[in-house]
Amino acid sequence: MNEQSTVAAPARRMSGIGRVLVVVYGILALAALGRSAVQIIERFDEAPVAFTLSGLAALVYVVATIALIAPGRVWYRVAWCTIVFEFVGVLVVGTLTLVAPELLGQGVGDPFGRTSTVWAVYGMGYLFIPLVLPILGMWWLATHRPEQSDAGEARA
Amino acid sequence: MIDWFAYALVAVALVVGLGCIAIGLAGRVPSDLTMGGLLLVELGLVAQVVIAVVAPAVGNHPSGSVLEFWVYLISALLLPLVAGFWALLERTRWSTVILGVAALAVAVMEWRMLQIWTVQLA
Repeated sequence: MNEQSTVAAPARRMSGIGRVLVVVYGILALAALGRSAVQIIERFDEAPVAFTLSGLAALVYVVATIALIAPGRVWYRVAWCTIVFEFVGVLVVGTLTLVAPELLGQGVGDPFGRTSTVWAVYGMGYLFIPLVLPILGMWWLATHRPEQSDAGEARA
Repeated sequence: MIDWFAYALVAVALVVGLGCIAIGLAGRVPSDLTMGGLLLVELGLVAQVVIAVVAPAVGNHPSGSVLEFWVYLISALLLPLVAGFWALLERTRWSTVILGVAALAVAVMEWRMLQIWTVQLA
């Protein structure tokens, strides 16, 4: 996979394979949003902590998707924050669902169960995409910095 | 829900998805073949809508959440449309890859729909 066709594209980060990344983010945002909305509407009382996390994760995926598309250094930082948040989230919640599932509510340790969330068991119910995607996202951000308008801000 | 139809749709979406990703990585821009594949997946989803509307009326009720089922189905319906529009606007090989990603997502979602309809125990 190379990206020689898009090296010159200025100002926007979503070029070449980055667009595929954005689309996968978009689909994950849609999936997480849909699922958490159903869980919160239908059965919030079964696992309130897990479903709140689920909804929060979904919103962060939506913001991350927008931040990857939107140009400029502010959005670049938003993209970093949301993607790091996701990575920490999937690691912490993934570990919790394995070692102490009762903390988050009953049944959340089953990645395919009705109280499962996008981050349960490191995103197993979503083919581990929630675990892999932030790593790809951080790699993408690190290799595609926005145009530096002043050199003093190089460390984003 | 008709089981064999769901299996067939998952299979078609998988083939179209992997095919589009392979063709896209080989450097091809979206073509009639790859766009046609997505159209086939979309038509399958429309047929799935008809099946899901008619099935409860003839005694085939979902065992899981009806709301969750329809959230999946409507989301799945949107994916080939969005990916297809993208492919029309952006004629690069990555658009072909994106068509494939959308088809794979449909395959996963159709699989979940079948699970929700048939094997939810709670």
